[in-house]
Amino acid sequence: MQSTLHPAGPEATEVALLWWVMFGASVFIMGLVVGLIAWGLTRATGRERFAGMPMIVGLGIVFPVVVITPLIVWSVDITSRVRAAITPAVTVEVVGRQFWWEVRYPGHGIVTANEIRVPVGQPVELVLTTADVIHSLWFPEIAGKLDMIPGRANRMVIQADRAGTFRGQCAEFCGIQHALMALVLVAEPPDAFEDWATAQSQPPPPPEDPFLVWGRDAFLAAGCGTCHAVRGTPAKGTFGPDLSHVGSRVTLGAGVLPNGIGPLAGWIADSQAIKPGNHIPAFNTLDGETLRAVAAWLESLK
Amino acid sequence: MALFRRHPAALAVLALAACDTGPADHQRVAGGDADAGRATVIAEGCGACHTMPGIRGARGTVGPPLEGFAQRGYIAGQFPNEPAELMRWLADPPAVLPGTAMPATGLSAQQQRDVAAFLYAQR
Repeated sequence: MQSTLHPAGPEATEVALLWWVMFGASVFIMGLVVGLIAWGLTRATGRERFAGMPMIVGLGIVFPVVVITPLIVWSVDITSRVRAAITPAVTVEVVGRQFWWEVRYPGHGIVTANEIRVPVGQPVELVLTTADVIHSLWFPEIAGKLDMIPGRANRMVIQADRAGTFRGQCAEFCGIQHALMALVLVAEPPDAFEDWATAQSQPPPPPEDPFLVWGRDAFLAAGCGTCHAVRGTPAKGTFGPDLSHVGSRVTLGAGVLPNGIGPLAGWIADSQAIKPGNHIPAFNTLDGETLRAVAAWLESLK
Repeated sequence: MALFRRHPAALAVLALAACDTGPADHQRVAGGDADAGRATVIAEGCGACHTMPGIRGARGTVGPPLEGFAQRGYIAGQFPNEPAELMRWLADPPAVLPGTAMPATGLSAQQQRDVAAFLYAQR
């Protein structure tokens, strides 16, 4: 699913190297300790020249200091490396919310959710804030985690070195659905990214198919616009995810379901069964055909 | 075979176990692969509406649970539960039953066969 040991970005690559070095050192030290214990139990007489004080000072104080100090310096250096000096190609604002992620591209006028698209091989600045409690953004294959703290904007610069879809998740317990608060990072060639950004920055075209028109009207009549925005319609809510291009996203419900007309219908009708405690009520008051129409319209918002 | 002379019930157990190796003849789906069907069910997110044992996160309550589907008498409460009817249903539920809440999910013919085989493996 996701692993820090399959890095796809410069920071994650350094973290992975540090992990392997720490792993190797730990294995060596464990072998040394176990070996000394075995030797002490079976062979040692207690009168060896290095028994006692030299052992305590040498292996008990000097050795740990010599091994641990560089590891601490190295790890602190990785986590605190000022990547702020890099001029980012794109700035993305990510807002943690119970239990999903609002994603904004101020330079493009895009508001989306649970999905960060970036151009491959270019530094991308993430500005992390929260609308409620503390969250933490973590893409194990791309970079280390960074908290989203009320009243603060934390900043990190990430880079994806290869195209792909990378799963991320909330790494700070934030409430009942913390475990199902995931998102994806989609890294694609710069041309594809620009095409995506151009499409996302436009309002979706109004539907022409009568079934989709019905779906849009039912969406508005059911009051969905109280929490959700769809540009170009009266729906302007900001409490839930912006749905202007929801049909183009990879997942639904913050990484919980694959996207598609079926999961959209199921999510609308009873997301509480799928993700109990999330903030959207079950809309099972729509008749079956209307539910399908709403789901079909949302799916058409590419 | 002394086992069966001394314990006739063992033969019965063996015979019952043999029945459990696949779907009943009338529920066999030609060209359908239950494992591929399971993968399709996961990839399509059928669990958003249907609770299914053994599939992570499949705890939807919008449609009927699919545990024991092979034992179900009717599909959507109306159509005899047999492969031809099931595939017709999977291809386009609203075409079969206009008022249904289940949308057509665009399964290919092969995916329909696979999912049907998967469903008849739910016994």
